[in-house]
Amino acid sequence: MERPVIEAEGVTKRFGKLTAVDDISFKVQAGEIFAFLGPNGAGKSTTIKMLTTMLRPTSGKLHLAGFNVTKDQASVRQNLGIVFQDPSLDEELSAKENMELHAALYHVPKDEQGKRIDDLLKLVGLHERKDSYIKTFSGGMRRRLEIARGLLHHPKVLFLDEPTLGLDTQTRNVLWEYVKKLSKTEGMTIFFTTHYLDEAEEVAERIAIIDHGKIIATGTAAELAKKTKTKNLEQAYLKLTGDSIRDEDNKGNDGLNMRTAMRNRSFR
Amino acid sequence: MRVLLVLWLRHIRRYLRSRSRIIGSIGQPLLFLLALGYGLGAVFERAGQGDYLEFLVPGILMQTILFSSIFFGAIIIFDRRFGFLSELLVAPVSRLKILLGTSLGGATISLIQAIMVLVISMFLGFSAQSIIAILAAVLIMSVLSLALTSFGVGLAASVEDFQGFQAINSFVMFPLFFLSNALYPLDSAPDVLRILASLNPLTYAVDGLRYVLIGQSHFSIALDMLVLLATLVVTVFFAVRQFNRIQI
Repeated sequence: MERPVIEAEGVTKRFGKLTAVDDISFKVQAGEIFAFLGPNGAGKSTTIKMLTTMLRPTSGKLHLAGFNVTKDQASVRQNLGIVFQDPSLDEELSAKENMELHAALYHVPKDEQGKRIDDLLKLVGLHERKDSYIKTFSGGMRRRLEIARGLLHHPKVLFLDEPTLGLDTQTRNVLWEYVKKLSKTEGMTIFFTTHYLDEAEEVAERIAIIDHGKIIATGTAAELAKKTKTKNLEQAYLKLTGDSIRDEDNKGNDGLNMRTAMRNRSFR
Repeated sequence: MRVLLVLWLRHIRRYLRSRSRIIGSIGQPLLFLLALGYGLGAVFERAGQGDYLEFLVPGILMQTILFSSIFFGAIIIFDRRFGFLSELLVAPVSRLKILLGTSLGGATISLIQAIMVLVISMFLGFSAQSIIAILAAVLIMSVLSLALTSFGVGLAASVEDFQGFQAINSFVMFPLFFLSNALYPLDSAPDVLRILASLNPLTYAVDGLRYVLIGQSHFSIALDMLVLLATLVVTVFFAVRQFNRIQI
C-alpha cells in the first residue's frame, strides 16, 4: 500500500501548562477527503498549524507527503495548499495579480503560470473577473479565489480551515462540488475542518473527532453513527463530545488567523 | 529574484493605484516647505544665514522619506490584520526574501516621493549646484529610504495593532524630525539641541544632502556617509530580527 500522505505519531503540543494537543496519532491516505472535527478549543487548529509548519510540536512525529514537517519545512510547504479561516488576499490587487504573486512564492514555472491561472480561474468561475480588484469581490468569490490560489502550485494536500464559514448555502454547495471534483480528478488529498456536521457527513470519506486535545473517534460517518448507536453524524458527534457549550480558550488556536497571535515562538 | 520582483511590484502597484496616498504624502512636505520656506525666509535672511529655501529643501527631503518610510511599515500591521501575511509567511520562501522584497518596494516609494518634492521645490526656486549634485542626492536618498523603510517595517513588526504603531509615530518619528538639523542650522542652535541633533543619524543624512545639493555642511561628507551606511546596517539588522519574530 502507498505511504499515507499525512502521518501523525504521538503528536503533542503544549503551551506552558496547557496541553492543546495530547499524544494524537492518525493517518490520511493519498486522495482521501478527511474531515477533522471538534468543539472550539479542542485542538483542531493547533493540529493544522503543526501540519502546515506554523507551529512546532512539543513532541511526536509528523510527516506530510513523506517529508518530516519539522525538519524539511520548505518541501512540506511546497506540497501543501491552505485556505485559511480568515481571508488572506491582497484587496488592492486583482484576482490575477494575487494568483501571480502566489505562483512566484511557490516557484510555479513561468511558462506554465499563465495557463494554470486561467484554468483555475475558469474552474472556480472567476475568469471573467480576473482583472477586478479583490475589494470588489463578495465573500463567496474571495473564498473561491483562495481555493483556486491554494491549488496553483499543485499541492499534494489541500487544507481547508472552516472554508464555508459565513457563506450562504448556494455558495457552500458549489464550493464542496469543486472540492469533490478536485479530489477525484487530481487525486488530491483534502483535509478540512468545519462546524457544519451535515457538510462533513456529505463530503468526507473519513472523519476524526478531536476533543480536549485527544482524538476520540475516527471512521466514516456511518461507522461513527454505528459505534455510538445513533442515527447520524451530528448525533454521534454530540454523544461523543457532550452537549455543553465550550468557551474558546484565549490561546485562540481556533482558526489559522493572524489576529490570534500566538505567544509561542513559531519555528522556521 | 522572481520573489523579490513580485513583492516589489505588489507595493509599487498598490502605491500607483492610490492617488490619495500620492497626493497626501507629498502634501505635508510641501506645506512645510511653503509655510516655513516663505514664512521664515525673511527672518532667516535678516539673521545673516542666507536663503532659507535653499537651506530647508534638504531637510524637507529627509522629512518626506522619513514619514513615507515609517508609514509604509504599517503595511505589515495591515497585512497581519487582514490575513495576507499568513499567505506570505506560509510560502516556501525564506522570510528574509519576503522582508527584502517588501522593504525594497517601500524604499522605492519613498524615493519617488522625495524626487517629486525635489522637482516641485525647483519650481519654487530651489537650485541645486549641478546635475551631478542631483544624482548624488538621489543616491543618498536611496540609501536613506532603504534604511528608514527597514526601520519602519521593523517597528511595525514589533507592535500588534495600529494604536501601538501610532504611539511609535509620536515618540519616534516626530522627535527624529524635529531634533535634527532639518529646519534650523546647528551652528546657532542651543547646546542641548545641538547635542541631541548630533546623536540623531538623520542629521547626517540632511548634512550630506546639503553638502551635495548646495555646498553647505556642518560635518564632513565622509562622516555623513559613514553614519548613513552604519544606519542602514543597523536598521536592516533590526528589521530582520523583528520580522523573524512575527507569529502566525
